[in-house]
Amino acid sequence: MNMNYTAEELAFRDEVRAFLDKKLPADIAAKVKGFRRLSREDYQRWQKILSEQGWYATHWPKEYGGAEWSPVQKHIWDEESGRYGVPRSIPFGVNMVAPVIIRFGNEEQKQTYLPRILSGEDWWCQGYSEPGAGSDLASLKTRAVRQGDHYVVNGQKTWTTLGQYANMIFCLVRTNTEVKAQEGISFLLIDMNTPGISVRPIITLDGEHEVNEVFFEDVKVPVENLVGEEDKGWTYAKYLLTYERTGLAGIGLSKAALAHLKELASRRIKNGRPLIEDTVFSQRIAEVEIDLTAAAISNLRIVASVEGGGMPGAESSMLKVKGTEIRQAINDLARRAIGPYAIPFVEEELNFEYEGEFLSDENAAPLSAQYFNNRKLSIFGGSNEIQKNIVSKMILGL
Amino acid sequence: MDFRLNEEQQMLQDTVARLVRGEYSFEKRLEYSESDAGFSVDFWKQLGELGLTAVPFPEELGGFGGGGVEVQSVMTELGRGLCLEPYLQSVILGGGLISQAGNDSQKAAWLGGIASGELQAAVALQEPQSFYNLNDVETRAEKADGGYVLNGRKAVVIGGHCADVILVSARTSGDSRDASGISLFALQADTAGIERRTYPTIDGFKGCDLTLNRVKVSDDALLGEEGSAGGVIEYQSGRGIAALCAEAVGVMEVASELTLDYLKQRRQFGVPIGKFQVLQHRMVDMMSELEQARSMAILAASVADEEQNDERRRILAAAKNVIGRSGQFISEQGIQSHGGIGMTWEYNFAHYAKRLIMINHQLGDDDFHLERYASLLQAS
Repeated sequence: MNMNYTAEELAFRDEVRAFLDKKLPADIAAKVKGFRRLSREDYQRWQKILSEQGWYATHWPKEYGGAEWSPVQKHIWDEESGRYGVPRSIPFGVNMVAPVIIRFGNEEQKQTYLPRILSGEDWWCQGYSEPGAGSDLASLKTRAVRQGDHYVVNGQKTWTTLGQYANMIFCLVRTNTEVKAQEGISFLLIDMNTPGISVRPIITLDGEHEVNEVFFEDVKVPVENLVGEEDKGWTYAKYLLTYERTGLAGIGLSKAALAHLKELASRRIKNGRPLIEDTVFSQRIAEVEIDLTAAAISNLRIVASVEGGGMPGAESSMLKVKGTEIRQAINDLARRAIGPYAIPFVEEELNFEYEGEFLSDENAAPLSAQYFNNRKLSIFGGSNEIQKNIVSKMILGL
Repeated sequence: MDFRLNEEQQMLQDTVARLVRGEYSFEKRLEYSESDAGFSVDFWKQLGELGLTAVPFPEELGGFGGGGVEVQSVMTELGRGLCLEPYLQSVILGGGLISQAGNDSQKAAWLGGIASGELQAAVALQEPQSFYNLNDVETRAEKADGGYVLNGRKAVVIGGHCADVILVSARTSGDSRDASGISLFALQADTAGIERRTYPTIDGFKGCDLTLNRVKVSDDALLGEEGSAGGVIEYQSGRGIAALCAEAVGVMEVASELTLDYLKQRRQFGVPIGKFQVLQHRMVDMMSELEQARSMAILAASVADEEQNDERRRILAAAKNVIGRSGQFISEQGIQSHGGIGMTWEYNFAHYAKRLIMINHQLGDDDFHLERYASLLQAS
């Protein structure tokens, strides 16, 4: 039993800190820490810095330009990222399609797409969900029919995160309707500029344009854009989802959000005293901090078992549920901490460049919006109910 | 980072596990519980002979200087068996208080016996009005020639009915809830003026309330300096919390295993009830609470024997809070998942459920520790 980092791991942590001290742009960190909107340029600027350091593709093999970090190194990075206000990495290219291409793609696909992900030339989005296929993903209906050296794609994808910025989309499409739902799905890489593709924004309850609908009308996709074998896409899709799940617990993000909450609660005044000293509120903070402490150790236990050669299995599903519940609880408290000022929605204060007078606290404006926005945490990446189904089947054998 | 037990720790845990499996069938436990001692005197002897009661003590007392993790290994297995022996009261708390506060001759007088299991200690730190605040001490110890005279009442002393030595906190100065002015005395159980009202507990143990009526003790009954026991009691109850957390994890493990088995066996509407999603998700929630509890028991064990500071205080309060909540969740949801059979005396699940709820009432419940944690909250 040893809960400490090794000397090498500590040295790595120092290296990470030194890098972030020197290279993380102050304006980007301030936006992240203040829950302000990040622009496409912000994300790209930061990605470029990471790529130059060789730290963008953290778990790719070195031969493709990855860092090949161990689970513990990745964990250290996540922790420090939270503390420093590192923007979340947009996962669709580097952490989702890339592992699939590396594992199942052919040599030409690797040579074509991996360098473009590293350089930032391609911005990927994910074409999984459809209006009729959410938790029941295998029931997807978007059709791809082979005609000569092309597939012709027709259908609709939805909840496409940041699709408005993307030039590439990876899609699950139906290539066979004669077999069981899971056995007729293929994995296609599609250029968003192909004629017949249109993107329509979905505005979420917080007024944000984060997700989209993507429509396909007789879209011609070259057959060389098929990953692996036709009709085997479900296997690749599931492989990708296990990748997606690890890290969805967001322990580092919760730690950062909690630090922000406590700082806010020490500044807000209730009954003439800092809110953090209020009997009820301090206990609410205490409870969520305690739960986070336990979840952080659970996370470390998974990290340590993977580092020791184990496999991250359905345990990460259990942690996804707990981790997202905790983050939502922190967001809930942050909204409560500003009392009646949770009500006004002063959109201009969400912008980092805002120079006017703040209605109340300078960090107050995004809090209600963020609370509403993060209701998504328990829905995406496989809803928390689906995660429980996975645990029930894989761990409990029910 | 490595969360696995080392070879020695694993062997220790396996030894206790084997012993518990051999001696602690559910039926035998019911018999032990109804005996005069309220536990198995033979099993206690075996723990002593195998050196298990000496685990946290130094080598010269026959132990191997085990720390939080070793204690955790023992307590988890005792928890799995719902064992009734006074390991927490005698070895952890009694032995811990004397080790920390006692002088050489007091240690020589008591610790050898406690480490071998031949002497049984109990701790009388709570009072009827104190709730879980161990600084709330109204029992008085007045200086008299060559010693002290104690008057007062001590509440819910588990194992106190048959202990050889009882460690009693009493106020020698200050107001009733002051942290300073509390002194600790080692009382021979047969000292004149100690009256015990013995009772069974709802989770199968035995305990008593003590009335101290002009109990006269000599100066050498005082452990440590007069008036300065508050910190010692806080520190040792912290070790007790870590041990209880480990026990609770053992109890929760078995409670979860029993529930899962039941979901697979019990058929209704023509299928095992584990096919119903509402029960599957409840079972997943129970597992998830168990994982949270396990994480906190590990964390608590890692600080149990460390130097006292606010970080240790925070971790122990957090751990006991989590254990209290998760224990209650698993207890209640486990009974619900079992339906009527979970309500019966003759089926073992109910006894696990009762122990989990009662662990929450020992050394502070989840509310108490939440309040404590909140008072230690720091802006970051």
